[in-house]
Formats: sequence, structure tokens, C-alpha cells
Amino acid sequence: MEFLRDPITFIGNWLEGLLLGWNIAPAAATVIVTLLGAFILGTFSLALVVFTIWMERKLYARIQDRLGPNRVGPWGILQTFPDMVKIFTKEYITPDGADKAVYNLAPILTVSAVILLWAVIPFAPTIVGSEINVGILYIVAVGALGTLGIIMAGWSSNNKYALLGAFRTVSQMVSYEVPMVLALLVPVLLGRTMGVNSLVEAQSVWFIVLSPLAAFLFFLSAQAEIGRAPFDLLEAESELVAGYQTEYSGLKFGMFYVGEFLHAFTVSALMATLFLGGWRGPWAEQWPMLGVAYFFVKTFIVYFFVIVLRITMPRLRIDQMLNFNWKLLTPIALVLLIGTALVEKTLQSFGLDSLGLRTIINLGMNLLIIWGTIEILRRSAHTERQQVTEPRPVAMAPNTPASD
Amino acid sequence: MDLMQISFFIFAVITLVAAFLVVTAKSLVHSALWLIVALFGVGVLYVFLDAGFFAVAQVLIYIGAIAILIIFAVMLTRKDLRDAGSQHNTIWPFAALAAVFLFVGLFFVLSSWASFTTAKPGLLAGANALSDLGQALVSPNAYLLPFELASILLVAAMIGAIYVSLIKK
Repeated sequence: MEFLRDPITFIGNWLEGLLLGWNIAPAAATVIVTLLGAFILGTFSLALVVFTIWMERKLYARIQDRLGPNRVGPWGILQTFPDMVKIFTKEYITPDGADKAVYNLAPILTVSAVILLWAVIPFAPTIVGSEINVGILYIVAVGALGTLGIIMAGWSSNNKYALLGAFRTVSQMVSYEVPMVLALLVPVLLGRTMGVNSLVEAQSVWFIVLSPLAAFLFFLSAQAEIGRAPFDLLEAESELVAGYQTEYSGLKFGMFYVGEFLHAFTVSALMATLFLGGWRGPWAEQWPMLGVAYFFVKTFIVYFFVIVLRITMPRLRIDQMLNFNWKLLTPIALVLLIGTALVEKTLQSFGLDSLGLRTIINLGMNLLIIWGTIEILRRSAHTERQQVTEPRPVAMAPNTPASD
Repeated sequence: MDLMQISFFIFAVITLVAAFLVVTAKSLVHSALWLIVALFGVGVLYVFLDAGFFAVAQVLIYIGAIAILIIFAVMLTRKDLRDAGSQHNTIWPFAALAAVFLFVGLFFVLSSWASFTTAKPGLLAGANALSDLGQALVSPNAYLLPFELASILLVAAMIGAIYVSLIKK
């Protein structure tokens, strides 16, 4: 019974007891169990990709009126395994003039930056990789390592398309980090903590209800961070061959591919954790395994929307992508952050700290900002339309016709 | 020699070797990448000092922003990324001598400081280092003035950057 309630903690405790029984120093036993846990967590998150690749290909196919993978296993669910074997047998090519060490390090760095994110994601109240009190900042900092991996790949390939892809990556990732960090600060203000698990515990009302705008901003800027359509400018096939991964082949390309899919899933997990209550649900406190189930259900719902967005949207142009960030998302995020801080602090100082009141006022403020934004956008679109429809002379004679 | 000391020595060696390679690497981009390793090593030292916030901020600001900017400045301003010619000029022995003197001087000054050999004091029980830091940054008795001055400096730099990059019409 105890095992069924929370098998992970149970096995961890049992293993630690076993190691102590073998007369191993307590510190060393902790290190061994922690290392083992990290190894299992990393392997588990990578193994998830086997399933998510199939799910994404199947959805992709259905929306394009195809069948998708349907040969290996029921509904083609095992299709990823033959693909894996294929990619293992391919030749590793290191292009002439490439910077070998950096070139081979780049895919490893990109994948590990994504796996590192799983260290702070709580699966259940008791199943957390590491509960650090700066969890939110950790998420942002690890994201920066992924950017670094892509730059290294683009530069070391000795290929102009790869380098152009890397240039675009930085302008995109560094820009979209700004609204993402600002949107992540809103849950920090609402939950009054920076630890990820404590943020989940603070969500007796989900933060997507308290601040739907922050959830929306995080969702959009996270799409840009993972670099998929409509923000896939870093590997735009019709312009840059394959962007930063042009020169990669075999397993090295496979690592970028896995990294991208895992990043999309990880971002969905973060969204579920920070805005949809994570493992919260009926009886999750008593039965941690139930919390794990809630967590994955929520994550897959978010992931479904991530895939649908990818499949149905055309690619943005680079100026549209940057304008969208700096002229729309960042100002909204700044206004929202200041507004949330004012509302929370005012309510706290007047002692009106009840959850119901906080929810209503925060939600009202969010709706007000959304309404204001739509109104401003509508006005500017109106003036733009007027400028376009103004009658203009078709052809004009030059002011001073050049005689003689 | 406990686990903490062993890992401290490992990371200290990594940091120092990386810092040495920053100045000796042939290619400027390699220097920048070694700089990232060195900065990461400094971040690990913050973890040893129980300063989780500083460790994460180190990675976020120095690796996520500054190092990437350095790499891009190098990539955008140089046609050939390899350094041509010798890596040192004619007065390098004097520079080396000055560096050695500076190191010895710093070492002597620091070794006469009482805290040089004391062990790291543990955090007070129940102290929340993160919120204490936040309070200190906005408290007039602590770091309010330097904090605000640094903010004004950054805003000035930002406005300057916008002004420089404005296209004159």
C-alpha cells in the first residue's frame, strides 16, 4: 500500500537504507541516490520523446488529411524505434574547416540544456528533482545555455547558412526572453515565492485564472524560445536550408531533433506547472501518484495546443517577429507586471488578503489590460486603413520639367 | 578532506585552467567559449557559499547575456576569426612581471586579513537569504542608493544605445 501511494520516494528511501546497511557513509549514500535519481529523470525525459514524436507526427498527418505513421505497432506507435535505428546507422560527417571540438559539443549542450529544466519540475508533492528557492530564475538561466549551443553549432559548421541561422537565433531568443521573464515574474508575485514546487502549492486557484494574460504571454514567448512555427526563422527551410543544423548528420542531427521535441514538451510542462496548477487535483496530497497523473494530463493538453499552433500557422517574417515582440508583447508584459505588483501590494497593505477578492481584482485588471490593448490595436488599424484608402494621384508630372 | 573540499578543488582547477586558456587561445571565439567555462566555475563557487541566487544570476547575466554578446561582437567585426601573427608584443616580459607583482601584492594584503583562514560561517537557522537580499536592496539603511544608482546607469546606457542606433532622417 505504501509502495503504491508513492513508489519513487519509497524506492529512494529503501535504496538509501540498503546503502547505509552496507556501511557506506551517509553523505556518500545521499550522493549515490541523488546521482541515480538524476540519471533516471534524464533518461525518462528523453524516453518521453519517443512517444511525443509519434503523437506529433500523427496529429500533423491528420490535420493535413494524411494517415501518418501506421506500419510499426498498433496505430504506428512504434514508428520512432525504426527511425532511431536508422539514425544510429547513418554516417557522421564533420565538414571540412569545421571547428571540431565546438562542432561536436554543440548538440550535447543543446540537449542537456533542455534536460536540465526537468530538475526543478515537480511531478507530485513529494517527487521533485530539486526544490531550489530560485527555481524560476534557474529556468531562465538554463534557457540561455540552449541559445549558446545553437550559436556554437552555427558558428563551428563553417557554413554561411548555418551562421545566418545562428544570427537569427540570437535576435529571436534574446528578444523573446524579455516578455518571458516578465511573464514568469507574475506567478512569482502571485505566489510570493520563487521555488517551483511552492508555486504549485500556492495555486489553490490556478494562476491562469488570476492572470490569464501572463499565461498567454508565457505561452507565446515560449513558442519563440523553442523556435518552432510560426517562429521557426532559425531553421527556415525555404530561406536557410536548415539553419544552424545544416551541416549536421546522423546522431548529431538526431540530438538537435530530440532536443527540439523535448523542449516543446518541457515548455508545456512548465506551462502546466506554473499556470495550470501542476500536480494539484483532488486527493493529490494523499496519493502522490495521482498528482503525477494530473501533471501529465495537463501537460499533454498544453502540448496538444503547442502542436496545433505549429501545424496551422505560417512562418512570420523577421521584422514581423521582432515588431510583435518589442511593440506588443514587451509593453503588455511591463504593464501587467506593474499592475499585478500594485494590486497585490495594495490589497496586502489594506489587509484585504482573501483569496476570492485577490482573484476577482487580478482577473479584472487582466481583462482591463486586454480590452485596452485590443482598443489601441483597433484604432491603429483604423488609421492605417484610412491612410491606405486615401485617394492618391496615379501619376504626377515632375515639378520642373527639364526643358533644354 | 571531505566531499565539499574535493569538489571545490576540482572546480577551482577547472576555473583557473579555463581562465588561463581565455588569454592563450588562438581563436577569439575559443577565448569567448573558455570565458564561459571560467564564469560557470565562478558560479559554482557561489553555490559552495550557499548563495544560490548569485549562482543563478551569474549564469543568467554573464553566460546568457554578456558572453553571447561578446561572441557576436567577435563574429560581426572580424572577417577572419583566427588571429594572424604573434600573440604577444615586445614588452610581454614587463607585463608578466607586473602581473606577478600584482598577484604577490594581493596575496600578501589578503593573507594579513583576519578572515583569510576562517571557515565559511553557516547561515543562521531559519534565515531566508533570498528575501533578506531583496529587503536589503530596497532598504534605505542598506543598499538602496547603490541599487538605484546602478539602475540609472543602466537606463542611461540603454537610452544611449537607442540614440546611437537611431537612423537620422
